[in-house]
Amino acid sequence: MIFGFHLLSVAIWLPMIFGVLVLATGHDRNAPLARKIALVGAVLSFLVTLPLYTGFDKMTSAMQFVEMKDWIVRFNIHYHLGVDGISVLFILLNSFFTPLVVLAGWKVIEKRVAQYLAAFLIMSGLVNGVFASLDAILFYVFWEAMLIPMFIIIGVWGGANRVYAAVKFFLYTLLGSLLMLVALLYLYTHSGGSFEILDYHEMAIPFTAQILVFLAFFMAFSVKVPMFPVHTWLPDAHVEAPTGGSVVLAAIMLKVGAYGFLRFSMPIAPDASHSLSGFMITLSLIAVVYIGLVALTQADMKKLIAYSSISHMGFVTLGFFIFNAYGMEGALMQMISHGFVAGALFLCIGVMYDRVHSRQIVDYGGVANKMPVFAAFFMLFAMANSGLPGTSGFVGEFMVIMGAVKANFWYAFLAASTLVFGAAYTLWMYKRVIFGAVTNDHVAHLHDITLREKFIFAILAITVLVMGLYPLPVSEILHVSVNDLLVHLARSKI
Amino acid sequence: MSFLSTLFPAYAEIFLLAMVSVILIADLFTSGRTKTVTYLLVQLTLLGCSLITVATHQNGVTHLFHNMFVDDLMSDVLKLLSYLAVSMMLVYSRSYLLARGLFSGEFLALVLFALMGIMVMISASHFLTLYLGLELLSLSLYAVVALQRDSATATEAAMKYFILGALASGLLLYGMSMLYGATGTLDVNAVSAAIQHGVANKALLVFGLVFIVSGLAFKLGAVPFHMWVPDVYHGAPTAMTMLIGTAPKLAAFAFVMRILVEGMQPLMIHWSGMLAILAVLSMAVGNISAIAQTNIKRMFAYSTIAHMGFLLVGVLSGGIEGYGSAMFYAVIYVLMSLGGFGMIMLLSREGFEADTLNDFKGLNQRSPWLAFMMLLLMFSMAGVPPTVGFYAKFSVLNAAVAAGHIPLVIMAVLFSLIGAFYYLRIVKLMYFDAPESHERIYMQPDSTLLISINGLVVLALGILPGTLMSVCAVSVQQSLLLH
Repeated sequence: MIFGFHLLSVAIWLPMIFGVLVLATGHDRNAPLARKIALVGAVLSFLVTLPLYTGFDKMTSAMQFVEMKDWIVRFNIHYHLGVDGISVLFILLNSFFTPLVVLAGWKVIEKRVAQYLAAFLIMSGLVNGVFASLDAILFYVFWEAMLIPMFIIIGVWGGANRVYAAVKFFLYTLLGSLLMLVALLYLYTHSGGSFEILDYHEMAIPFTAQILVFLAFFMAFSVKVPMFPVHTWLPDAHVEAPTGGSVVLAAIMLKVGAYGFLRFSMPIAPDASHSLSGFMITLSLIAVVYIGLVALTQADMKKLIAYSSISHMGFVTLGFFIFNAYGMEGALMQMISHGFVAGALFLCIGVMYDRVHSRQIVDYGGVANKMPVFAAFFMLFAMANSGLPGTSGFVGEFMVIMGAVKANFWYAFLAASTLVFGAAYTLWMYKRVIFGAVTNDHVAHLHDITLREKFIFAILAITVLVMGLYPLPVSEILHVSVNDLLVHLARSKI
Repeated sequence: MSFLSTLFPAYAEIFLLAMVSVILIADLFTSGRTKTVTYLLVQLTLLGCSLITVATHQNGVTHLFHNMFVDDLMSDVLKLLSYLAVSMMLVYSRSYLLARGLFSGEFLALVLFALMGIMVMISASHFLTLYLGLELLSLSLYAVVALQRDSATATEAAMKYFILGALASGLLLYGMSMLYGATGTLDVNAVSAAIQHGVANKALLVFGLVFIVSGLAFKLGAVPFHMWVPDVYHGAPTAMTMLIGTAPKLAAFAFVMRILVEGMQPLMIHWSGMLAILAVLSMAVGNISAIAQTNIKRMFAYSTIAHMGFLLVGVLSGGIEGYGSAMFYAVIYVLMSLGGFGMIMLLSREGFEADTLNDFKGLNQRSPWLAFMMLLLMFSMAGVPPTVGFYAKFSVLNAAVAAGHIPLVIMAVLFSLIGAFYYLRIVKLMYFDAPESHERIYMQPDSTLLISINGLVVLALGILPGTLMSVCAVSVQQSLLLH
């Protein structure tokens, strides 16, 4: 290992250090320099996370790359990092997206460039921290700190209604987080003074307390996922955020909530998870079906993809709470795949928005005539979003549906409706935007994507295809951790 | 000689008193509008006090003047922090006051007298000493607020402050006299012992307790005794507001510890209930009213009320955890307030007060660095990690959960969510809005440096809060264990 045993620390702090460096370039006249530093930082940060994959031991569900230092001795809080098969993939996903986000904002962002890029780099480090933390307070600190750069990103570089969206985003998530803090404090007292997440996993908790703890965590994580009915911040935030912000929200932020269920809610309160699984599954299915229908009616492309994200995340929570290996592995595959696909779709919309400055479907039509290469890429991602076999979108959805069939036929039936709705809203949008005759001047003056944009899309397209055709490199990382988690969940902790 | 050497725990107070006299006289003989000599003398005095307090520190609890004065770790720590707060307040407010012609020798002397009152309160172990310190502090503050003679709002604020403050002092005295009637002593430890042995009349004690808690609530600015806070904060010149809103809060914390915890620990079951009501009301009224404010000083006033409610949650949770967390909260609150008011003064200039919310519009475009510092301070006040405000809230909530006050904790959490909104609004104004004026901000080098340190300390303590937390817990522990 290059950095000894501090790989995770490097993954967390390197992007943040580069973020501060970028910030130091200051004024917009240094923007080219800021961009270069940011790109170097983002690429380096991605490269340093690669040993996490190559050096990962697939045979164990124990935490790896562990780092442990005293942090706040008085409260027995440690700087405790480590990853298992579940979290390591998200660190990779996050670090993978950071350079793409930097590239995506290369030309478009012209005001306060340094602050924009720094916000993304700092956030990337914080997100890695969320996934790597094994101490509850460390986790909480990263979790909350993440809000600050996102709040700024939406509010400063967002669209017309950005202030409303930013404040709504912040307050929604803060409400959930604060209740989670109360739950963590309860667990700290109950465990006799430990903030170790892994201690909580082993600790017996009475049933009523489990229910309350579960609900407190539910408030925090369901807002982030987001689950129906607390999803309403997402369309606003997505629509108003700049392209990079939307990409990070969709690809990374939403995963943080779902990850929370796996790391906190379910293993800490397994009995509550089982007895509330009906509730969770109901909410998930509402998200899949109802939000899928809502997506169908959207006139704004970003809003459409935002609703589509909620619907796909419904799949993820469904997969978790049917408690079998297919469901859970499928859900995780779906999370990874959705990261790539939704991220790519937001980038596609961003490409068009940069040229036409509209997100409305009606303002487009016949884009394929002017931007054939772009149309091809967009096609692939749209297909992946509707779960076409051969793309990454298919693997996860298929596995979750298989898992759901085992649990209950009707769950599977409702979940499978997404294959219809998903295809309907994505492809219908695609058809209206890309095909047909050129309808207006803006579209007539479009020019096809540049080399930089081609590069971004090519990388994403390859990933989506490889994951769809040969998902083993991803699923083998998950496998042991998921199985052990399911074994753990089957044991009562009352 | 031997008598003098027994006085060493009070050397800092004696030194301060001597220096105030020297400064008062020296001020007469130094000319110049800028008062540089006097100002430097004051800062040197504060430095000297710090050195003396550190040098005379000793382990354990030392009583002096027939148990009227106590020196323990908590008093030393709180005093050191008070010197720091006063010193920072002077740096922040110097050019602000110079621009308004208020930076006079009297002002500096009054500030030092107020500090003297703070120190006496912190070290009091007798109700009379406590009262003496409180009055010394309060009278100096009334005068400081009224220093701007030609301003109607400042005079009005001083009047309100004086009348309500006198009322509160009356309540306290009344409560103390009842305690005296019930226990026959005014010595904090003797009162505690008398209550412990059950010789005191319970009804009389609890009756007195009600008055004492009301008086304390007045001084802290807890609802429903908070009416003076917004008016005084708003009306007084910002430098005076900063003086009122910072170091005296440390004294108020010490006051609560000495009276309620050391003096009336056996009655905790009674006063913790009262504090719970005060705490919830303060958090509710403070946070909700703050939303409606357009003046940032008024907003800070309501936010102070809410913060005091939060601090009371720590006190009423009891134990080393509870008191330690309350002390930590008080210290952090003072640090954040200094920064907040400092920023207002930094943005103000001659003939212009940057005290409305709109004055913060677009600050990020006018000065990204100041905006970033204010962002750190605001997120810290809202309790968002990685700033230290989070750990202040965290330790208080932790103590409350450990004491089993879960409903109270949930209320505290929900009100701090409401509170987050108005802090967030400042960030929104600074970052998302366009500036209303493009007037260049004249950044005084000393206060700019100080605000940078202040903001970065809020961040640094947020990353490594452990030491300060331990200091607070240990000092509370050492002060209480030996009783």
